[in-house]
Amino acid sequence: MDDALLDKLAILADAAKYDASCASSGAKGRKGGAAGLGSTTGAGICHAYTPDGRCVSLLKILLTNYCLFDCAYCINRRSSNVRRARFSVAEVVALTIGFYKRNCIEGLFLSSGIIRSPDHTMEQMMLVAKTLRQEHGFAGYIHLKTIPEASPWLIEQAGLWADRLSINLELPSESSLEQLAPEKDGANIKAVMGQVNERITEAKEERRRFSPAGQSTQMIVGADAATDQSVLHTSHTLYRRYGLRRVYYSAFSPIPEASAVLPVKPPPLQRENRLYQADWLLRYYGFTVEEIAEGGEGGMLDLGIDPKLAWALKNRHRFPVDVNRADRELLLRVPGLGARAVDKILEARRHTRLRMEDLGRLSAGLKRARPFLITADHHPGGLTDRLDLRRRLVPPAQQLSLF
Amino acid sequence: MALHRVELVEGADHAGFRRAVRGLVAAGAAPDDVLWTAGDAPSLFGGSTLPTMLPDGDAAPPLSLPRAVGELVEAVVCHREPERYALLYQLIWRVLHGERYLLGHHGDPLVHRLALLNKAVRRDLHKMHAFVRFRDVPDPDGGERFVAFFEPDHFIVEAAAPFFVERFQSMIWSILTPVGSLHWNRRELTVGPPAVMSEGMEGDAVLAGWRRYYESTFNPARVNPTAMRAEMPKKYWANMPETASIPRMIQEAPARVRAMVEQEAAAPIRRSPDKAVAAMATSRPATLADLNALIRRSPPLVPGATQAVLGEGPEEAAIAFVGEQPGDQEDVQGRPFVGPAGQLLTRAMAEAGIDRDAAYMTNAVKHFKFKPQGKRRIHQSPTAGEVKHYRWWLMEELRFVRPRLVVALGATAALALTGRSVSVLRERGPAGFGDWDGFVTVHPSYLLRLPDGEGARGAYGDFVADLRRVRDLAEGLRAGS
Repeated sequence: MDDALLDKLAILADAAKYDASCASSGAKGRKGGAAGLGSTTGAGICHAYTPDGRCVSLLKILLTNYCLFDCAYCINRRSSNVRRARFSVAEVVALTIGFYKRNCIEGLFLSSGIIRSPDHTMEQMMLVAKTLRQEHGFAGYIHLKTIPEASPWLIEQAGLWADRLSINLELPSESSLEQLAPEKDGANIKAVMGQVNERITEAKEERRRFSPAGQSTQMIVGADAATDQSVLHTSHTLYRRYGLRRVYYSAFSPIPEASAVLPVKPPPLQRENRLYQADWLLRYYGFTVEEIAEGGEGGMLDLGIDPKLAWALKNRHRFPVDVNRADRELLLRVPGLGARAVDKILEARRHTRLRMEDLGRLSAGLKRARPFLITADHHPGGLTDRLDLRRRLVPPAQQLSLF
Repeated sequence: MALHRVELVEGADHAGFRRAVRGLVAAGAAPDDVLWTAGDAPSLFGGSTLPTMLPDGDAAPPLSLPRAVGELVEAVVCHREPERYALLYQLIWRVLHGERYLLGHHGDPLVHRLALLNKAVRRDLHKMHAFVRFRDVPDPDGGERFVAFFEPDHFIVEAAAPFFVERFQSMIWSILTPVGSLHWNRRELTVGPPAVMSEGMEGDAVLAGWRRYYESTFNPARVNPTAMRAEMPKKYWANMPETASIPRMIQEAPARVRAMVEQEAAAPIRRSPDKAVAAMATSRPATLADLNALIRRSPPLVPGATQAVLGEGPEEAAIAFVGEQPGDQEDVQGRPFVGPAGQLLTRAMAEAGIDRDAAYMTNAVKHFKFKPQGKRRIHQSPTAGEVKHYRWWLMEELRFVRPRLVVALGATAALALTGRSVSVLRERGPAGFGDWDGFVTVHPSYLLRLPDGEGARGAYGDFVADLRRVRDLAEGLRAGS
């Protein structure tokens, strides 16, 4: 690997790292066999973790960071003074195969700045995926970032090669998009999501492969004035209407060569974390956006405690809940009990009346759950309604110090 | 006082444990009466004070255990815990003596303990799948040969093998560990003795590139080493070349972030976005030839076709005929409507007074889909999803040709043109296809499938009559426009 290539790799990996998604899950059953290379197992694998605590599963790079667009939050916008580079199709293919053979990655996550035209860019990206699949029999994971401005037929083709397609919404509202990403068109992005969703659904019914691991998107948090509630509303709509597999939230990170339109300040990491927790409540715990928002103030989540505990503290009349009797929906609302613990409770209580020590063995979040539940040998009594309950559960707020 | 002593070999002795359990259960040996020893954990009794009283497991009947119990045993046997066999036997004993669904009782102390052991083994397996790093140690004639060194916590080497065999079947590789080694030569797996890391196991050039990637994908504004170490504990670092960069990355992070935050916001270099906007507007193909070049380049949705069969005929044709998909002949020749059905259509058009050369002939789907049967290729109808997949191209074609009338030959064409499923015999006749005036009739291959006789002749006559109406409609539309 020569120095010029290493240099490009450094530039184009650096340029791609603000995309939060790195999942390699959901694609099942590709096998390279004796002639090809690789496999997808259904569950993703994190092959390394960087000192920011994030998983490295895919080779996440841009084909190029030259770009015609001028999105204020993006380090690669055309008015930024970053160093630019451009990979050839063959270089990306060789890097992917080289790293894959050494078991460093599950596959490739390819995105790109827009050069020449959206169609040209999309075609180059597809050529990478096609070469990997056809010439190398590559059966690893391929995630292609779809360029929503590209022609519909190119998007139709992309799903044939990729395991997952994604289109970044970037900002939760049309007005922010207009202000910060003047060349992007929210309606167009959603139209493409609709098209991709339709194809994925049809292909599933007809047992063909079209982006088998579904589609995902990303929203940047903290670059505009959107509240958590409106971000979650947008997510909810995306999950429901376009069948998205995941919405990623990316705390807006200071970038070198920042735009004057945006504040240069530390990324709101705690906010990002709370949004992910809320997202989980939406998808797996039967909460509505309004219920989640109830736990906070003015449409913003409580940064000090997780959104489920925040909701429970404001809805104490619904507690305590009897773990030996309550149905699944109610158990899922108990702070500290995860979906897996709830399923274990439901199975275990068929055999025995659960006591506190039993719960201790099947859930790790018992400290938070205690005031909200009843077991065969425990009743919280007046604890549920104590005014200082929050303080008893959460140690005094600590200023999150990052620097 | 133990009545039975079972001696198993070091490591994960699956076979020995199974045999012993069968024998013990057949002999009615309660867990308290069994002393388990394994080669890796010498017995407190020095291994000789108790006679080995192993009932003959091979002669005993096989046990019927719930599947979940079997899976748990498979995993936990790999654990280093010296008590693992005793704990598993307790579980099996209880499952066979009235507590068949014991594993569902997640609060039970034994179940909980075994769940923790199981989790530890699964995590170890997962980490081995994730953190093994192959280095290329080329063989004398320069071919690729990969070697990795790894230190698992438990006896998981053999359990980890299927993953590597499936994924790297086409490579030659070895994975060396202190508890055993794996060797794959593209055909078979050999399990070898423990190995020690040899000197000079430097990374190769690609791994140097990997390290560079690892450094670049790190965001210093989010530094969180605790989260990293929780998932990638330090004990694994020795065999992962990229981790050598970690101390420096953490150390430099605060300064890098300070530099970014303190840096004055860069003055945007104002450049006109016109170019970007213009580029987007011109991204659709500008001519029919451009579109056709694009179709020709694109792969078939269902693999197998020789080539894409493009539309044929003059732009500005008055009538466009849309068929289903190319057949065997069309696929070979690369032209639409040249097979038996196409010949029938050409004849019917001539009888109806339509000049084929003046019409635009195309298909809803551009590639032949078939099932091989001996030497023949049997036509397969496209699915609704496939038709929709090709729809964009058809619509673009029509946009260039701008026919006065679009004829859907058969249900597939009608589906492509209307977006819904159409009963051809019921809706036969004039129709609206969005922007286009349309006409629905049967596909000529339908006529070929009818048995010879009165019915077939009548159907052919109806088809020709339809085409006459098509001709008249097209002429009427010209007069009207």
